[in-house]
Amino acid sequence: MSEKKKLVEIRHLKKYFKVNDASYKGLRRRTNTLKAVDDVSFDIYEGETFGLVGESGCGKTTLGRTVIRLYDPTDGEIIFEGTDISKLTSKELSTYRKDMHMIFQDPYASLDPRMTVSEIIMEAMPNDDSLSTEDRRQRVLELLDLVGLNSDHATRYPHEFSGGQRQRVGVARSLAANPKFIVCDEPISALDVSIQAQVVNLLKDLQHKLGLTYLFIAHDLSMVQYISDRVGVMYLGKMVELADSDTLYAHPMHPYTQALMSAIPVPDPDMERSKRRIIVEGEVPSPINPPSGCAFHNRCPRATEKCSQVIPEFKEIDDGHFVACHLFSGNY
Amino acid sequence: MSKLLEVKNLSTSFFTKYGEIKAVNNVSFDLDEGEVLAIVGESGSGKSVTAFSIMQLIAKGGRIVNGEIHFNGQEITKLTEKEMTRIRGKEISMIFQDPMTCLNPVFTIGDQMEEVLKLHFKELGKAERKQRCLEMLDKVGIPNAEERLKQYPHELSGGMRQRVMIAISLLCSPKLLIADEPTTALDVTIQAQIIDLLKELKEEYNTAIIIITHDLGVVANIADKVNVMYSGEIVETADIRNLYYNPSHPYTWGLLKALPRLDMKENELQPIPGSTPDLLLEMDHCPFFDRCEYAMECCRQSKPEYYETGENHIAKCWRYHPDFPKEA
Repeated sequence: MSEKKKLVEIRHLKKYFKVNDASYKGLRRRTNTLKAVDDVSFDIYEGETFGLVGESGCGKTTLGRTVIRLYDPTDGEIIFEGTDISKLTSKELSTYRKDMHMIFQDPYASLDPRMTVSEIIMEAMPNDDSLSTEDRRQRVLELLDLVGLNSDHATRYPHEFSGGQRQRVGVARSLAANPKFIVCDEPISALDVSIQAQVVNLLKDLQHKLGLTYLFIAHDLSMVQYISDRVGVMYLGKMVELADSDTLYAHPMHPYTQALMSAIPVPDPDMERSKRRIIVEGEVPSPINPPSGCAFHNRCPRATEKCSQVIPEFKEIDDGHFVACHLFSGNY
Repeated sequence: MSKLLEVKNLSTSFFTKYGEIKAVNNVSFDLDEGEVLAIVGESGSGKSVTAFSIMQLIAKGGRIVNGEIHFNGQEITKLTEKEMTRIRGKEISMIFQDPMTCLNPVFTIGDQMEEVLKLHFKELGKAERKQRCLEMLDKVGIPNAEERLKQYPHELSGGMRQRVMIAISLLCSPKLLIADEPTTALDVTIQAQIIDLLKELKEEYNTAIIIITHDLGVVANIADKVNVMYSGEIVETADIRNLYYNPSHPYTWGLLKALPRLDMKENELQPIPGSTPDLLLEMDHCPFFDRCEYAMECCRQSKPEYYETGENHIAKCWRYHPDFPKEA
């Protein structure tokens, strides 16, 4: 693992939002701080797929968007190929923009209905003189071919496509500038089961052909395990566990990861009915006012006194296996 | 023993300016008391329209064009709207996919729960109604029920709202509960809670459940038998174990192979090629024909019938025709 090149390094990244305090009835506005991403550090190696899972509201989408500077981070560093891009101005950033792109969740909302497919794809190409109009057209056809669409599709509008095809257009657009790094934000959640597999296999093929690096965000844990090399689990803005995807699924350490794994429905009646399920009580607390200490302590079946007072450190307990939990802090 | 629900040759169509869309096409199935039937299929396969046909809540432009629905020995497709109102919500009730939109935002939880009782149990007094609502909220695992009755839907989380929906649907102890994608909008840990709740309540009230979902993992957990729908038709009906361990229809094979499993190794995921057919087109061949890797000449020429492939197990595929050559 160590000889692999780090493409993106994220150091103590924080993204806070100011939100209106709805409970304050006074005249003046009062704001609260929502800690969507709170002190997250991890590395993404070149050519790998890094999976990011967690329940809604845990900050995984915010993290994905902050990493490619669609949001300005509140604090921390994002080191992309050795350069800290977290504080660059938008002008300085423009040289890095073409190296990173994004595929969005909803293929119905993320394509402009009034643009043809070729316009959509051309718009994402670098805006300089390196390409002539003819080159651009040629590139559109290449890209369409790459994602399994044909040249007839270039002149059509998004409404003429099915969900799976639209997501292919989204993938083609993300490849238009020859990026190195793509953030896939729930690219398959809006698609049917049989189509999901098509898109996932397409993403895998492209990664193989073009040497892409993915940050793959999803709440479908079995799909994340299938596509990812390493997986990070988030809870309330913090990363609670990170490991190789096989290790994580075979030996989850953090009680939250264990509960999450046991809650995945398995398409096998005998296994599904006999397996032991760890049911976590209650729901995810509000990120505006998270619990003290470990954010999971009020739902955790193994919480102790210490958990409600001290924030656990995100520590490497085994080779490449990081956990933020007091259960493992003393003994290792 | 007579069946609780029998659906015979049900067809529901929507009439649009482009032509007739056969959303549900000649569908038959039945259900015993206390049994859980799952209807699985992709979007547009007609699973929700089947449920709405049973409730007779079909959206504008659509109607049942053929078939019978017998509930508790009564033919309900011929009932007037007034007679149906007495059954709907009391004998058959339904929970919907999106708990965010199906509760009315301008009424309190208490108002919305009591409304059901006011309609179906006119003899109950105010105090008794409230008592029942409190008991029900308690049953579905909502703490501080007294407080919750006074709250509005936006004050509850997604999981809590779905619990409220389940509480409302079970207030009149219905014989049949139709759950249309009850956990699709929820996170996995909350989904596990809701599925467990449905199972407990089924045991307690002996309610029959029709669960509509595209998640074959959820089905494996809760269902007794399964209808697989494709393009408005049921292509396979089987007991739960048969469906997973001995599936008959190529579409079911495809669905099971397209699912990632935790024990799966690299490159094992096999998608079904193509996409679902356009329901506007008149089809005289097997609807799965152009996506099926086992398609034969006869599949293109005519639609297959149901053939028995095992005990309580039927599939609509030419491979099970008595004349189909058996593999050695």
